[in-house]
Amino acid sequence: MSVLVVVEPDESGNGLSVVSQETLTFARQLPGEGVDAVFVGSVGDPDEAALAQCREHGVGTVHVTDDARLERYAARAWAQVVETAAETGGAAYLVAGGTPRGNEVLAHVAAARGVPMPCNVVAVVQDEPLEVERQVVGGAVLERVALGGGGGLAVASVAGHAVAPEPAGEPGEARVERVEAQIGDSDLAAQVVRVEEREGGDTSALTGADVVVGAGRGVGGADQFADVEQLASRLGGAVGVSRVVTSLGWRPHHEQVGQTGSRISPDLYLACGISGAIQHWAGCSSSRTIIAVNTDAEAPMVTKARYAVIGDMHEIIPAVLEELG
Amino acid sequence: MTDVLVCVKRVPDTSGEVVLTADGGGVDGRYAGWTMSAHEECAVEIAAGIAGDTGGSVTVLTLGDEDSVEQLRSALAVGANDAVRIDATADDYGPADVAGAIAEVVRGREAGGEGYGVVLLGNDAADTGDHQVGIRLAHLLDRPVVAGAQEVMASGDRLEVRVGTPAGTEIYDLPVPAVLTVLEGGVEPRYPNISGRMKAKKAQVEVVEPGAAPQGSGRLGLRVLPPPESNVEMLGEGPAAAPRLVAVLREIGVVR
Ligand SMILES: Cc1cc2nc3c(=O)[nH]c(=O)nc-3n(C[C@H](O)[C@H](O)[C@H](O)COP(=O)(O)OP(=O)(O)OC[C@H]3O[C@@H](n4cnc5c(N)ncnc54)[C@H](O)[C@@H]3O)c2cc1C
Repeated sequence: MSVLVVVEPDESGNGLSVVSQETLTFARQLPGEGVDAVFVGSVGDPDEAALAQCREHGVGTVHVTDDARLERYAARAWAQVVETAAETGGAAYLVAGGTPRGNEVLAHVAAARGVPMPCNVVAVVQDEPLEVERQVVGGAVLERVALGGGGGLAVASVAGHAVAPEPAGEPGEARVERVEAQIGDSDLAAQVVRVEEREGGDTSALTGADVVVGAGRGVGGADQFADVEQLASRLGGAVGVSRVVTSLGWRPHHEQVGQTGSRISPDLYLACGISGAIQHWAGCSSSRTIIAVNTDAEAPMVTKARYAVIGDMHEIIPAVLEELG
Repeated sequence: MTDVLVCVKRVPDTSGEVVLTADGGGVDGRYAGWTMSAHEECAVEIAAGIAGDTGGSVTVLTLGDEDSVEQLRSALAVGANDAVRIDATADDYGPADVAGAIAEVVRGREAGGEGYGVVLLGNDAADTGDHQVGIRLAHLLDRPVVAGAQEVMASGDRLEVRVGTPAGTEIYDLPVPAVLTVLEGGVEPRYPNISGRMKAKKAQVEVVEPGAAPQGSGRLGLRVLPPPESNVEMLGEGPAAAPRLVAVLREIGVVR
């Protein structure tokens, strides 16, 4: 019995997404003989970079589909591909990264099979019977749940950045196998008909950025972002904001970091005028270094940060820009 | 005319501290207060929009104990026409149980000649973050489902649904009846006005008993993570700290 991992191509179109690499790393902790992968969101052969990464992660078989009807995303039809791959590969466990696509496709499989699906799992806590811990309440609380044990397929999604991606001890073969899924009209009833690409910055710029300059309510208004933008651009990074900022309509939702926004893991998160509520922390806690700029030395963001400067961000950021030259 | 059912959940407002109940079995909202999941506030707004565009009505539903009427009234105050409460202890219900109980109500209404063209739910609840109740419901009702809906336009018997992705917006065009799970970010939930609040206060809430006993969520226990020990290094106060901050940026390699 193997572990089947739902993998997604990287947004840049080259290789696997970071979350998929994390999920493959996590999957190797599950009991089972070997790890296989199934591609979701791309039709035909994966690119060489993606296959090399699958090999590096010890993947035995890579399941792909050639069904041209799936060029445009349809979650239920992709779930058919995943289920068929699970059946042909004899999978005991099915895991995906806790991304919108990962959770959606898994939920269809879990619904069709009538099995539970714990989301946002972070760790295996016990092997026999298998128990895992998952994040609830935006990551502030961990819930212990039983996974599997019913003899059927056990399904779970893995929280983003729960484990750091690491290559397997032994590389896999990553043999490409075609999935012949029975896809009916009802599986395609909810299918993307059109995509409108976003003009200018997009969230992939935020989620993939090495530096994020965060801005919260402390910014003070929609017209107060010039120095924040300038600093982000000077550091070659992106702007990320708190929910208060998007709720007030100061910035668009796709810039929101947190439980109901994007999860980021940059080298540096410079959080300015952000209190650091747990729902925001859920999205930024895997940043390598956090520097807080805040008027309040007791703000959770300050106490959780590695470094902090206390004071008005609109005085501090210009001084930093000047110092950077 | 499209009648809409919008399903909302009462969740602890965890903007402040998270406290568990004495038995560690759930999150205690007694101190922090309770609210509706963020995505569902947007779902109520979208429901009001669909009903407004098509001349339909909005029914708001929750599964919970008597106290969850508070969340139903919040939805009634901003546009829902009537409310149903499935009388149950929400913590005993796993996502499959909730989907099953909602499906039962939808089927019951349909049998009585009252069908819902659109059923809206939150994409995931703020407390459990399960990401699956809407999809399970769609399977039970054999209806198409789109997850992560942010904007919905209804015309005739079709829906145009917009879903934000990292690269832009994906657009779905699907027939009713359908199920949609809503994600924050596309619409602004409106605030109740006085007449809305008055109407909500007086509205009758229908109470129904769930048919099947719940199987539960498989929860074995909860633990709150201890706050990480602060190891913050203060770089100073005000603009005078800029040189030290920039020195750190150089040290960690983001500025050369
Ligand atoms: C279900 C749910 C989901 C949520 N999802 C998210 C989410 O995805 N992302 C998210 O961010 N939040 C989310 N929240 C909201 C979250 O709980 C907080 O309300 C929010 O993060 C607070 O934003 P903030 O820190 O910008 O504002 P505030 O909490 O108001 O904090 C502002 C901070 O700025 C500081 N400040 C003020 N003026 C200045 C100045 N001139 N210079 C420097 N500092 C200054 C203050 O000291 C304070 O610390 C969610 C909440 C719920 C209930």
